[in-house]
Order: sequence, then structure tokens, then C-alpha cells
Amino acid sequence: MAAIAKPLPQPTPETQEYWDGLRRGELRIQRCNTCGRGYFYPRPFCPRAGCHSRDVGWITASGKGTLATYIITHRGHPAFEAPYVIALVELEEGGRMMTNIVGLEDLEPANLPVGAPVEIVFQPSEEDITLPMFRLV
Amino acid sequence: MFDTRELRHKVAIVGAAETNEVGVLPNHSQLQLHAEAAFNALDDAGLTLDDIDGYAGVQGAAVTEYLGIMPRWIDATGVGGCSFLIHVSHAVAAIAAGYCSTVLITHGESGRSRVGVGAPSGGRGEPGGQFDAPFGVAGPPSRFSVPIAAHMAKYGTTEEHLAAVSVATRQWASRNPRAMMREPITVEDVINSRLIAWPLHLLNCCLVTDGGGALILTSEDRARDFPKPPIYVLGRGESAQHQNISQMRDLTGWSAAAEITGPEAFRMAGVGHDAIDHLMLYDAFSHTPIYALEALGFVGPGEGGPWFAEMNSAPGGTLPVNTNGGGLSYTHTGMYGMFAIQEAVRQLRGEAAAQVDGVRTSLVHAPGGMFSATATLILSNE
Repeated sequence: MAAIAKPLPQPTPETQEYWDGLRRGELRIQRCNTCGRGYFYPRPFCPRAGCHSRDVGWITASGKGTLATYIITHRGHPAFEAPYVIALVELEEGGRMMTNIVGLEDLEPANLPVGAPVEIVFQPSEEDITLPMFRLV
Repeated sequence: MFDTRELRHKVAIVGAAETNEVGVLPNHSQLQLHAEAAFNALDDAGLTLDDIDGYAGVQGAAVTEYLGIMPRWIDATGVGGCSFLIHVSHAVAAIAAGYCSTVLITHGESGRSRVGVGAPSGGRGEPGGQFDAPFGVAGPPSRFSVPIAAHMAKYGTTEEHLAAVSVATRQWASRNPRAMMREPITVEDVINSRLIAWPLHLLNCCLVTDGGGALILTSEDRARDFPKPPIYVLGRGESAQHQNISQMRDLTGWSAAAEITGPEAFRMAGVGHDAIDHLMLYDAFSHTPIYALEALGFVGPGEGGPWFAEMNSAPGGTLPVNTNGGGLSYTHTGMYGMFAIQEAVRQLRGEAAAQVDGVRTSLVHAPGGMFSATATLILSNE
């Protein structure tokens, strides 16, 4: 039986720049020119309630953020070696993204305080895809 | 402009039933579950399929074909487990508008045995496929669970609080012979059960079962002509926010319930929280009722965990919650909302397995997806 493949993304026209950036080692996200805040995931307008401006552009984000929440999954995707951390990170420039927290020896809640600063790790994967993972700073 | 308050008490549930059994039903296809529930609800109301001129259900035309009906009004809203509450909400408006007179809503789901079930959807190019799936989320236990740690960090919610929800719910299940899990459990049992996705342990997670349920609704002026007492729809609210859990607006609160579905349901019903004597809060996981209780304003933000830990929701408590045993211990086919409505109807009719004395007004609340869609109903027997 063939090994179960990891689920890989399929870039779409409005997200291509994001995926191309990751492959170059840059976190390219979009920022609203009206409300001035970054957002995630890419789309050609600001998704924030009360703004929804269509005047938006791309920026290279710092890759810094904070740990918003997470789980330590023991029964996850069969292509992943459990346990592993699935987390949401709030980016410094604005926007929240899902990720894995990497580089931790001991997967205990005490080692993963909500609100902890994190930074991006560019993790090359298959099919020319680089995934944005994060580590505690 | 119309005002929803004009539709208060205008439409009633006059038929309600589940499949003959719920649990493990490998000899039923999913469509058979729809049909069995439909016929049971028709029997309950003393009607036949020929009396039905409106249909709602997440599978839409697959069911109208299977049942051999051609209704004048349809609703195939499919936004997960709260879809059936939304079908009720829409049916109220459709009946009041004269689009149809007698609505059948069905749910059938071979969630455990997977007999006659389509392939799951969700492409690699969709937002969830691009931005969540690559990090190893695998079904509801690793998606619905993601916000909890933020709630714990902000409010001090604990694993013990989460466990208490499961313990109280099991106490109700132990009084219901149809419940799949009836053995009493303790907080320690929950915390010592194996980790699924910290902070959730196995006993914090709902069951995976087969089953179905159906409802029949008609207008107030006809509602007393049926064998069972009518259960009136007093209020309703519906909304949708994110699809993917990474995009949940506020990780520590259920925005759509707090800002839209709760306030709209209470406003339309014209009642306050003190009028609610029974609650059905869809419990996909132990934290779901905590978020719901807070968002609907029965307690303040962050007070949900301690409220459950005080066993307020348990038999003999101040406000009975999930009296059938819930998704945690009764049954959970995947889209549980229909079963939450069924139990509210049974309690309001006085025919529940674990009957609460004097229930007059019940609030039913459910998520669809991972806190994604949201719906609230307020039902009454008066």
C-alpha cells in the first residue's frame, strides 16, 4: 500500500503571489490601503467588517506574530506523525493563519503559552510548495 | 418593512419523530433513514405524504425523488448540523407567506456505517484546502477544538470544566434507554480518557452514529387539529460567519450567536432568558455548549465553564441542558441539530424519556460546521 500523501494546497489566481513568495522565503500577505491593516488569506478586497475596501496591495510581512490558540493533536491526519501542534498565529501586520509549531522538544501545554511570540520557518514540501510554519521565539 | 415578531406563534410543529432506532444501523442506507423518519413523523401527525406540499432537508431533490413527492416549496439549506433549525426558520416564513401549507423536514445520516453516502467534498484549491489542510487538520476533532486554548487563556476555563459538561450530559443519557452511552462517568474518567486533541479527551467528543429525524410544520389555525399538542415556533435566528476555523472572528466567543441568532430569537419570541426552562445546546464537543451558553447570554463571558462544573445543567440542576444525553452520549450522526429539536419537542409535549417537570419554553441552539453557521429556535407548548 502506498504511503498516504500529505494534503497539499493548490494555489488559485488570487493566492499565487502568496505561494510564490513562500517558495522564495518571503511571507507575502495583503494589506488594505483604506484601513491600513494586513489580512489573511489573500483575496482582492479587505475582508474586515466595516471596511471591505477593494483598494488593497501586497506587502512582505515580518514573519513575526503571536500564538493565538492551538491544539496538540494525537489523532490527526494519517500522513502526519502524532502528536503534533496545530496552531493559529496572529501576524504582526494583521491577519490570522493556521500553521504547525515546530522545533519543540516537549509537547506540553505548559511549554506553549497562548500569546507567546513566534516567528516563521519556511518549510519546503512537495510539488514546489513551501509551507509557513512557526517556532517559539 | 415586515417585522419578524408578526410571525411569532404563527407556525407549529405538529409531527415529530426519529428513526425506529438510532446508533449503529448498517442495514439502512442514508436515504432509507430519511424515509423512515419521514413516515414516523407523518404517523405522529396522522398525515400521509400526499398531504405534504413543502419540503426541506440538506439533500434536497435526492429526498423528494426518493419519497416520490413534488412540493410547491423547497429548501435545501445545507450548512451543517444547524441546517434543520434553519429549515424550521425558513418554513415559518414560507407557511406564513402561503408558499405552502404543510412542510416536511427530514434528516437521515449514515454517519457511522456510511451506507449510501456520497464522497466528502473540499478541494485543494478551496481556502480550507490551501490554508488549513496542509497543517494536518483531520476532521472535526482537530478543527472544532482549535479555539478552546484561547478561551482557557482568557477566562481560566479548565479541562475540569470541559469534563463537567460530559459528566452532566451522561447523567441525562443514563435516564434515556435509547442513548448509546448510559454508564455514569466522573470528571476523572473524562480527563483520564485518551487525548484526542489537547485539551479534548475522548469523552469530550461526540459519538459517531446512524439515524434520522423528521418534523412536520403547519399554520397555527390548523395546528390543533392533530393528534399531538402543537409546539409553536416563537422565535428564530440564523447566521453564518467563517467556514474554516482559522477565520473564526473571535476565538473566545461565538460572535454570530451573541450578536445575531440569540438576540433575534429572543426579540421575535418576546420573552427573556427567565422564560426558558429547557435548553438544547448542540454538543459536538464539551466546549460547544459552554460557548453557546455564554453567547446566548445565559451567563457572562467566561462563566460557562464554572456554570457547568456546578452541575446546573444536570438532572435536578437549575436549567436542564441536553436532556436526551446530547451528541456526547445519546447519538450524533454528523449533523445533530435535528435530534436537538426532537428532544425539545418531546420535552414540550411531556413525552421525553428523562422528562423535566413543567417545561413550557425550550431554546434550541446549534452550530453548523466548526462554529461556522449558527441557528437558534425558541419553541413553546403554549
